[in-house]
Amino acid sequence: MSYVIPKETYSGNVLSLEFGKAPKSVKIGGENTLPFLSFEGSIPNKPVIAYEIQDITPDDWPDTVKAQYAFCSDNPVKWAQHCQNKLKAQAISLRLIGTHPDRGDRSAGDVAKIVKDVLSAVDVPLIILGSNHIEKDASVLVAAAEAASGYNCIIGKAQEGNYKTVVAAALAHKHKLIAMSELDINLAKQLNILITQMGFDKERLLTDPMCSALGYGLEYTYSVMERIRLAAIMQNDVTMQPPIVGDVGMYVWKVKETFASESDVSQWGSIEERGVAWEAVTAIAMLIAGTNLLIMRHPKAVETVRKTIEELV
Amino acid sequence: MALSGVEIFKLLPKTNCKKCGFPTCLAFAMALAQGKTELAKCPDVSEESKRVLGEASAPPIRTFFLGTSEKAVKLGGETVLFRHDKKFFNPCVYAVNVKDTLSNDELNEKIEEVLTSEIDRVGQKLRVDAISIEFASGNSSQYESAVKLISQKAPDTAIILNCKDPSAAEVAVRTIADKKPLLYCANEGNTGAMTNIAKTHKIPLGVYAKGLSELSVLTEKIKGMGVEDLVIDSGAEKAKDMLELNTQIRRSALKKNFKPLGYPIINFVLREDPIFETCVAGIAAAKYASIIVLSSIEKWKNLALFTLRQNIYTDPQVPMQVEQKIYKIGEPTVNSPLLITTNFSLTYFMVSGEVENSKVPAYLAVMDCEGLSVLTAWAAGKFTAGKIVQFIKDSGVENQISHRELIIPGQVAILSGAIEDKLEGWKITVGPREANGIPTFLKSRPA
Repeated sequence: MSYVIPKETYSGNVLSLEFGKAPKSVKIGGENTLPFLSFEGSIPNKPVIAYEIQDITPDDWPDTVKAQYAFCSDNPVKWAQHCQNKLKAQAISLRLIGTHPDRGDRSAGDVAKIVKDVLSAVDVPLIILGSNHIEKDASVLVAAAEAASGYNCIIGKAQEGNYKTVVAAALAHKHKLIAMSELDINLAKQLNILITQMGFDKERLLTDPMCSALGYGLEYTYSVMERIRLAAIMQNDVTMQPPIVGDVGMYVWKVKETFASESDVSQWGSIEERGVAWEAVTAIAMLIAGTNLLIMRHPKAVETVRKTIEELV
Repeated sequence: MALSGVEIFKLLPKTNCKKCGFPTCLAFAMALAQGKTELAKCPDVSEESKRVLGEASAPPIRTFFLGTSEKAVKLGGETVLFRHDKKFFNPCVYAVNVKDTLSNDELNEKIEEVLTSEIDRVGQKLRVDAISIEFASGNSSQYESAVKLISQKAPDTAIILNCKDPSAAEVAVRTIADKKPLLYCANEGNTGAMTNIAKTHKIPLGVYAKGLSELSVLTEKIKGMGVEDLVIDSGAEKAKDMLELNTQIRRSALKKNFKPLGYPIINFVLREDPIFETCVAGIAAAKYASIIVLSSIEKWKNLALFTLRQNIYTDPQVPMQVEQKIYKIGEPTVNSPLLITTNFSLTYFMVSGEVENSKVPAYLAVMDCEGLSVLTAWAAGKFTAGKIVQFIKDSGVENQISHRELIIPGQVAILSGAIEDKLEGWKITVGPREANGIPTFLKSRPA
């Protein structure tokens, strides 16, 4: 019995998508094989990591990650410049958490100014995220999309409860769009269909099947992503072919393992490395399951995941 | 390829004697094909049929134990490529590599790290399962003494003899043969000698070759010499090769029933930067490694890797559950709020995490609903007013708090009246519908 490489023949591919403005625009997706398996297909673009910044000081982040941005996180413009110039970010993800009714309830007018300021301060591509408050996001993302008109940003997240408004805004101002559903492949598929039925091009869409942190439901996200990828590649299901987003940082940096002190849990080891490893390992699992675009927080975690991606291509 | 029911039927006595418990030989054959019964149930099957059927029904990936103590771990035996297709059965082993050139003090330190690596997570005890002892000194008596020391101080931990020199390996194996160490490894240059050691001492053998074609030839040769408990190493060094070759090995074994690669995989992921090594080990854990050898086992790293393994190897069809009890979050007093939820692990993690985020010390009553989430448990009749009342009464929480107020999930607001009727003297408050509303809810309550 001699060995023959067991290659699969795939019929589908992940759609490729470019965001931002030349010469710093970034391309993701486009592969016609399962994650990193280039022996049986081509992978034209590597996964990309965007640094997360926020419109308000991140008081709720654990100290170990907050400290990384202590000198710039009071100002989204400074923060964005730091990510671009010092951390060599490939992309930046601005989360407008200050618009949440419980976090300052900032108005849509404020949002427009912040978005414009950040856009004029950096030239790497920008992802603009709401605060995950369905109703508020509808108005916030409309204002953000308008303020960023012409910059070819990714905006999000459109969810079942607000997608009509958000899609219309992305459509009007020619942005890319993240469609988010909650850990269910059928819901993800349905939302993609609803959005494309509004005349939104599937080539401009990204899927966020909802991230989870290591130890806190990671296996659900992992398997939903794997199934989405298999549907796209093996079954050539066109509704499942947009690139996948893994919004890792916001899920990781609120679990106990990232902030419990060494005196409370000595058996868990160094708090500094523990947090970084938690974010990095979560991101790695997402990549292996099919994520094309990661949103992360800790520079050391980003750097390590980048290094790992280099070893994977 | 596995045989069909009809093919199996042709090999049976066709007497319909019913001794196997099935009405006909055909029914027995069908059950065999589905893996629902075993051939041994047929008293009259011929030796020739046994041989043919035995070979065809052997699991596609060989299964055996590493180590001999009660902490021995099962390797191999996987049946799917993707966890959602069924489940992954036998969690990968994490092993730490130590060199025999370390001083006794340094070795003792490493052993201590292994012995204290155990962590309890969601009711499972997780630990570093094995020590790989590397023959780096070039001196077989030094190797032997390191092996002896480790096996004495860590008697229950499985041992991998990481030694390609047959004469040093022979000496070391003799010292601890009863512990059934994994001998790593036979390669192109030492096949005969290493295989003989493994055969003589009846221990599993690691097989190394650069590339899967070469590896297949080598495993066949070793199998022919009489050693079948093999662990295979494709020689992958870069993460990319590891992922691709591990995938090809698992696919060959499962989809092509290619026996020469139907063995558990070992990956050495040694990297200088421990966080980077954690990432590469994570890839191996997700994609098909049975043994992952690390260069260091810091506590934070173990926690991350144990947790990842637990996530990947969880049965996708069985919800993870946490223990039914009253959990304390922060340092609650007799006046702290009491919330209730169900014991689906994800529900518990979300709710307890958000209560923790609120920084308001509280009691969280977690009720056994067979691992269902709140709304599903309610719909299934497991999270009902009657059962909640019973649980609260039995839990003894009334002795822990001085107030009588229970906060129920907003999803089951409908239950508040019924609980209040049955739980005398209690006030039922409806909490937020989603866990992320808990911090605001708790903080806005009068202290």
